[in-house]
Amino acid sequence: MELRLDGISHRYGDVEVLSDIDLTIPEGRIVCIVGPSGCGKSTLLRFLGGLEVPERGAVLQQGPRPADCLNPLTYIFQDFALLPWRSVAGNIRLVLEDSRLPGAEMGRIVDDVLARTRLTDFRDALPKQLSGGMKQRVAIARAMAVNPAVMLMDEPLSALDSQTRELLMDDLVSLWTRAPFTAVYVTHNLAEAVRLGHRIVVLSRRPGAVREIVEIDTPLAERRMGDPALDAQQARLWQLMRDEAAAADAELADV
Amino acid sequence: MSDPDTDRRPAEAAAATGDASAPRPVPYRGGGYRPVHIRGIGIVTFIVLIALVEWGTRTGWISNLTLPRPSDVLATFGDLWTTGMLWTHMAPSLSRLVVGAAMGVSAGIAVGVAIGLFSVVRAGLVPLVAALFPIPKIALLPLFVIWFGIDEGSKYALIALGTFTPTVVSTYGAVDNVDRTLIRMGQSFGLSWVSIVRKIVLPGALPGILSGLRVSLAIGIILLVAAEMLGAQYGIGAYILEAGSLYDLERLFAGVVILSALGVLTSSGIGWVERRLLDWRV
Repeated sequence: MELRLDGISHRYGDVEVLSDIDLTIPEGRIVCIVGPSGCGKSTLLRFLGGLEVPERGAVLQQGPRPADCLNPLTYIFQDFALLPWRSVAGNIRLVLEDSRLPGAEMGRIVDDVLARTRLTDFRDALPKQLSGGMKQRVAIARAMAVNPAVMLMDEPLSALDSQTRELLMDDLVSLWTRAPFTAVYVTHNLAEAVRLGHRIVVLSRRPGAVREIVEIDTPLAERRMGDPALDAQQARLWQLMRDEAAAADAELADV
Repeated sequence: MSDPDTDRRPAEAAAATGDASAPRPVPYRGGGYRPVHIRGIGIVTFIVLIALVEWGTRTGWISNLTLPRPSDVLATFGDLWTTGMLWTHMAPSLSRLVVGAAMGVSAGIAVGVAIGLFSVVRAGLVPLVAALFPIPKIALLPLFVIWFGIDEGSKYALIALGTFTPTVVSTYGAVDNVDRTLIRMGQSFGLSWVSIVRKIVLPGALPGILSGLRVSLAIGIILLVAAEMLGAQYGIGAYILEAGSLYDLERLFAGVVILSALGVLTSSGIGWVERRLLDWRV
């Protein structure tokens, strides 16, 4: 399934946050959206999944959704959003319980995604017992359980320390390599963008507009930390964003 | 805790000799301001206070018009126990408390959740609850007798109304405090409204509801005495009122002790439920 943003503009009160955004999310690829803080990238992601409605423009989905897909547009949140009173397996089951699948089938899906994210040994643990990286793994497992057409990731690694971030990036790459999924990945971290993105969309500062779209052709599995080609891409992206980020940083907040 | 003075001594010595280049330990200054669970102090406080009163009444330092002697109160309590009157008074009181509080608390939780979930209900009922809350329910006693009769009905109603308002306030506060990101998550996975309320909102509000219940049930016990002013023959409240009008301090205090024991019991009951149901809390 493909997602298309068609002339999206939005304002909160008097503040214009996004202006005239056209963007296509092609099937089976990861599109990273980067931009300075406050450029509306998270707002854009909320539009994509229908959690918010843009003032102007349309969000369109096109093409068949995969078979046995329970929730075509599925989010992974920065703060994990796990229910603290449910175990790891219970948190994953939560999103299947409304689907009227037979219990055995639910159990099979839970076992399968736990195995794919290497969480099988933690199935009965409560979120409070898990580290941040493990919690985000649970959230990824939960997202995979509904077999989404598009994964919408809102700074999924930003709440984690840099070592955990590396490990989880490797996990995401290997998950994608085994079964390519479509994803929109919002981040302010350029290193994550060049590691995970097939296409990187750079937004300008508020009001956010598409400043440039960069394609990276190196296959995900071959990208390594410290790869000179990737470093060059990252440096170029930073050049693009630097002035915008500085200007955004110097803006007075209108609260 | 170690004595901070001993830690400071080498540093002071160095300062005294004026030797600024000598290595000095960094003084510790991070202690305190953190409640620590200490066993037994609570009981010791009770024992010391009671012993003080016992000693004071025996020596005549406290006149027996001011306070009864604790050992006499205990003897009165023993009488209550052996004559079986304790149960005669406890049974009706407990049933009034249980029935009244059950009605008030369940209605309160239902209304509180409705206020938390529906803006129309909130707009309509929050001012009403704010108006009801500060009314001393005891002032409405005559009305309750007219409305619900002189029997158990008016007693149930008084306790129910008294526990209802605080439960409503704490419940809708608890629902308001449920983590919105969890609700957003539920919506983003396409969960039904019923599922979101049952699996996300209610468990998320449970800690706040339970801690509100402590207050509500304590108010219920207070109102028990008021309810039994309505011509009850038996009951802890009736027992206390009768003792009070006869200025029988031993019996008055025996009744008061039973009420506080009831308070401690309900509070520790809620504590037990919290430990069972809320072990997921960090």
